[in-house]
Amino acid sequence: MKSRKPSIPYIIWMVVFTMIPIVMIAFTAFTDKDGNFSLEPFTKAFFYTDVFTKSLWIAFISTVICLLLAYPLAYFITKMKKSTQNTVIMLLMIPMWMNFLLRIYAWVTILQQNGPLDKALSILGIHGTYYGNSSAVILGMVYEFLPFMVLPIYTVMSKIDSSLIEAAQDLGSNNFAVFKKVIFPLSIPGVISGITLVFVPSASTFLVAQYLGGTDDIMIGDIIDKIFWTDQNTGSAISLILMVFIFVFLIIMNFFGDEEAIA
Amino acid sequence: MEQAAKKSIVSLKDIFVRFDGEVILNHINLDIHEKEFLTILGPSGCGKTTTLRIIGGFVEPESGDVIFDGKRINGTPPNKRNVNTVFQRYSLFPHLNVYDNVAFGLKLKKLPKNEIKEKVTKMLATVDLKGYEKRNIAKLSGGQQQRVAIARALVCDPDIILLDEPLGALDLKLRKCMQLELKEIQQKTEKTFIYVTHDQEEALTMSDRVVVMNNGVIEQIGTPEDIYNEPVNAFVADFIGEANILNGTMIDDCRISILGKELECVDKGFGKNTPVDVVIRPEDIEITAPKDGQLVGTVEKLTFKGVHYEISVRCGKCEILIHSTKSAEIGSVIGMRIIPFNIQIMNKLLPFYDNVIETCVTYANEEENYFEFELEGETVKVDGKYFPQDTKVKITLPPEALSLAGDGIGHLKDLYIESVVYKGEHNEIILESDDRKWLMLSDTDEQVATYVPLAFDFSKAKFEVIDTLKEG
Repeated sequence: MKSRKPSIPYIIWMVVFTMIPIVMIAFTAFTDKDGNFSLEPFTKAFFYTDVFTKSLWIAFISTVICLLLAYPLAYFITKMKKSTQNTVIMLLMIPMWMNFLLRIYAWVTILQQNGPLDKALSILGIHGTYYGNSSAVILGMVYEFLPFMVLPIYTVMSKIDSSLIEAAQDLGSNNFAVFKKVIFPLSIPGVISGITLVFVPSASTFLVAQYLGGTDDIMIGDIIDKIFWTDQNTGSAISLILMVFIFVFLIIMNFFGDEEAIA
Repeated sequence: MEQAAKKSIVSLKDIFVRFDGEVILNHINLDIHEKEFLTILGPSGCGKTTTLRIIGGFVEPESGDVIFDGKRINGTPPNKRNVNTVFQRYSLFPHLNVYDNVAFGLKLKKLPKNEIKEKVTKMLATVDLKGYEKRNIAKLSGGQQQRVAIARALVCDPDIILLDEPLGALDLKLRKCMQLELKEIQQKTEKTFIYVTHDQEEALTMSDRVVVMNNGVIEQIGTPEDIYNEPVNAFVADFIGEANILNGTMIDDCRISILGKELECVDKGFGKNTPVDVVIRPEDIEITAPKDGQLVGTVEKLTFKGVHYEISVRCGKCEILIHSTKSAEIGSVIGMRIIPFNIQIMNKLLPFYDNVIETCVTYANEEENYFEFELEGETVKVDGKYFPQDTKVKITLPPEALSLAGDGIGHLKDLYIESVVYKGEHNEIILESDDRKWLMLSDTDEQVATYVPLAFDFSKAKFEVIDTLKEG
């Protein structure tokens, strides 16, 4: 039998930082302020059903837009010269080196009244503020998470053996058939990873909606953030529900993709 | 397979291909006959795969025509050519099972489902993979993947099947087995097979005709027997089977001098006292008593090879290899006889033996006794010899004066090793620089189709003044 000793530090890590917190959250979610068993936190959590649905909806829309933008982009990157490919990937990554909040602020600046966008559009006689609505939130999310969609798709696509493409041509495929019958099916694992990497964090993100959204555009992440200061029990209940949703989502994704697609 | 009128199915006419300034195919011409098993044989880097890819439509020649069934098909993409390829690493689609891989081409042709099913099932039976339809590609062995790749190409019913070293990844036993199987499939299906390999034995076993290539040119085209028995030059002789390749002099028609002895042969028309290459196959040398031998030598090495003994005999400075069912004692003196018919005479690969440079002195220093000249853009300094500036000199460098530069710099950089032929005493290496070819002797084996730096030893050179340009 293999020695289990080397894995001990990791097991300790998992127990201390994953298992115990989850148990604590679950425990808090099922108790009231005095520590007695109670389903009250869940009843209270249902006040936020609308926010919850909206969060998932925004996350879904953002993921779809990311996918629509990222897939062709990743495909065209793989068609470039190797050196150009590295440069483009680098350019995609560079914004991620900047602080998350700064990037959101940058969008606020761009979208605000008398901001660059407003000024540009004023030439056409249109004036206004372009943040404070759901579209701005989605824009922020897409901007935030696009690289996480592009990178896995690009990685999978660039690993497709060029001889497979030649084989497909050899057997009579034109460019469209090569894409449909070889490149697309082989890129699915990348798409699955990308969707997972974008949907999960965008469903639970906070701050983006606070800065770019209007008063209605509060997301579940923001609710958890706020509510924990006053009511840990309800906060835990909401977190737990979100976790279950994400878990179910991952299982569905796993069903579509290969095991390797979701690490 | 000797038929009177053979119809060409594909013709390559004056094909020239260059990648990044490097010539890959240097004006090759090749006619491929209908229903033949043609093998393109050569060392790696000789241009054989490129030739195949031109027929497949994956490479466009810079100049020259590809004629298919009488029509020029340059520029026709691979999917519009009735040619299918079995790729080197099979290139099976990992997301499809065996059935869908084989059916790939038929589905693109939009055949009815039941027809596809019928054809695929029949083809899988032909390649011995009945019942493997639903298998995952990754779960198949190398030999099975190989057969799926062949089935996938064959099922499309192409005029030509291209095979790019398809057996390279298999172990020896499986490879031998697949060689016979491939030949059988070819005969059963009556398709034209164009097969690329660097394995000479494979080429001889399977082919109707063999094309031997080296350094972007075709050296010889012929039946396996022709190629083996009548190689056109030392390169082919060395590449195909084992051979004693010796330097000789054609004294007159049917008279050849090798190893200081004059022997009778059957070749004519080489002129008088012409330096030639001579090939004698090891199995064509008969061992006799020393007094009966045309050549006499001392046995140096003896290896039992199962069917025969491999005997290495020293004959003067040369080493001669004999395959014989008779054994011989190490250290004993034996005689050797070769019948005239088995002495194969060939023109030398290069028209010269000594490397001659005719040049002009660009700089000279009488005090320090040296001069310099330009060679292919490099300045070469010759120590211990002085000629005034602008003198035209002829420098004769015998092959011994050339060596691969151990320091990696040398006088000339990046020479292409075109061929390495063992001449019983040394390897004769032909190198190609930007402007010309060079002949070099070496005792080490060099890898053909690689690039090396070359150094000259001018102490072994002869110098001759042709002309003095300087007045006064």
